[in-house]
Amino acid sequence: MNIAVIDKIMLNFFAELQGWFALAATTFARVFRRPYYYREFAVQFDKLGFSSLFICMLTGLFTGMVMALQALVQLKPFAATSYVGGMVAVTMIKELGPVLASLMVAGRVGSAITAELGTMVVTEQVDAMRVEGTDIVKRLVAPRLKAMLLALPLLTAAADAVSLLGGYIMASGYGINPTMYLKGIPQFMVFQDLIEGLVKPTFFGFLIAMTGCYVGLNTRGGAEGVGNSAKQAVVVSSVLILMFDFFLTKIFVVFRG
Amino acid sequence: MSGSDSIRMEKLSYSVGGRKILEDFDFCLDRGVNRTILGVSGAGKTTILKLLLGLLPPQSGRVCIGDVCITGQPESIFSEQRKRIAIVFQGGALFDSMTVGENVGYRLFEEGRLSEGEIEGIVREKLSFVGVEEALNLYPAELSGGMKKRVAIARALAANPDFIFFDEPTTGLDPIGVYNICNLMQRLQAEGKTTLMVTHDLATAFATSERFTFLHQARMIFEGTEAEMRASTIPEVQQFLQPTKESLFV
Ligand SMILES: Nc1ncnc2c1ncn2[C@@H]1O[C@H](COP(=O)(O)OP(=O)(O)O)[C@@H](O)[C@H]1O
Ligand SMILES: [Mg+2]
Repeated sequence: MNIAVIDKIMLNFFAELQGWFALAATTFARVFRRPYYYREFAVQFDKLGFSSLFICMLTGLFTGMVMALQALVQLKPFAATSYVGGMVAVTMIKELGPVLASLMVAGRVGSAITAELGTMVVTEQVDAMRVEGTDIVKRLVAPRLKAMLLALPLLTAAADAVSLLGGYIMASGYGINPTMYLKGIPQFMVFQDLIEGLVKPTFFGFLIAMTGCYVGLNTRGGAEGVGNSAKQAVVVSSVLILMFDFFLTKIFVVFRG
Repeated sequence: MSGSDSIRMEKLSYSVGGRKILEDFDFCLDRGVNRTILGVSGAGKTTILKLLLGLLPPQSGRVCIGDVCITGQPESIFSEQRKRIAIVFQGGALFDSMTVGENVGYRLFEEGRLSEGEIEGIVREKLSFVGVEEALNLYPAELSGGMKKRVAIARALAANPDFIFFDEPTTGLDPIGVYNICNLMQRLQAEGKTTLMVTHDLATAFATSERFTFLHQARMIFEGTEAEMRASTIPEVQQFLQPTKESLFV
């Protein structure tokens, strides 16, 4: 690879990054301005959020079960199986709940946002809206962003709750009663963990919505372009989620001192 | 004439990815003079319409709607001015999450100045003007190509524009569909709307326009009436009017 190619790739990368931030900034500037498009928000919340509930709960259930199973196997030799509730809770609520729920939503919803907006771009519906005098950031981006910001923490909470249930199903096989299971949780967690576990998905929701909208609105080249965009949006938002999970955790750790 | 009641493009250049689509292009659409821009597929006809509407930013030159120069301005500044223009996109560009009625009444709903009942009255009137009243509650996916275009025309009319742009309105339609669209355009002109069509369909162009602009390789190579066009000695124009063996694979 010669220097010119690298140069071009870097330029492209920074142009995309700049575009992404520009869209995010515009959206933030306009998200609290009229018109609010409540109906669009409700539709998107239902389509992007509520419809992902089942898949997030399923993810939570099995992850909770497998975490409990692993923990129980480890704890048994030390006769410490009563700690299983706490171990499941701490891994799920702080890490796996937010990340797995967000990854599922990125795959399911990120691609859907991109495909929908991308199709609107290539069929000139977005142009038509602009000519009708509509601000497409307010009309198309803001409601999706708001829906994701609200939905993802809720979905994560649902996944967390179900994972604790899944953990208990496994623990009960090892003779642990519900009281013991629940008592283990506060031994491993403080209230701040719960907050962190909800801040993360809110931020990931922002990443998913903005990436989906940015890639969708910049779609070129017909049906093939829409397919490429959807694929790209899922990859980019998944990678961003994993990257920012690390950075957010690092920030939380630093602030705790 | 070319005062406040025209849409103008001055010394406009536009390129995509290093490829010149338009170069030093001058164009003026005066109120009352219906025009057609002719050119082969991919010549940049759709691009001209989008530039005139401020949907694409030109690299140089400027676009003015009436007294307002829109180039370099944010959309929120010129969006009011632009409401004097409506466009019928090539595929109709109907919003597929909305019914035909919601599509046609889109701008009126957005502006929120009229009651739902008043909007429905206008929507029905526009739909009956284009002859697809029965489609009111259907979704765009349930319409034929010709119906989509007619609904798109109804949507363009709902906002009562002075100028209407048509992007290849007859491409892909059967002869009856073409006749319908032609007839609609003539009725609109009779009502005082000024039309600008881009197409490669000569019959429709001659039936609905007074002046013609010929686009070839990013430049305007001809501008004039039908008679002037037929008399023109520019080879590309002659080839377009009457393709001969020489025009194969050029
Ligand atoms: N976003 C784009 N990226 C790359 N090329 C484009 C883009 N938009 C238009 N073009 C090119 O610009 C030229 C003119 O396009 P267009 O105005 O749609 O042509 P027409 O409407 O006359 O068929 C085409 O050759 C097309 O390949
Ligand atoms: Mg075109």
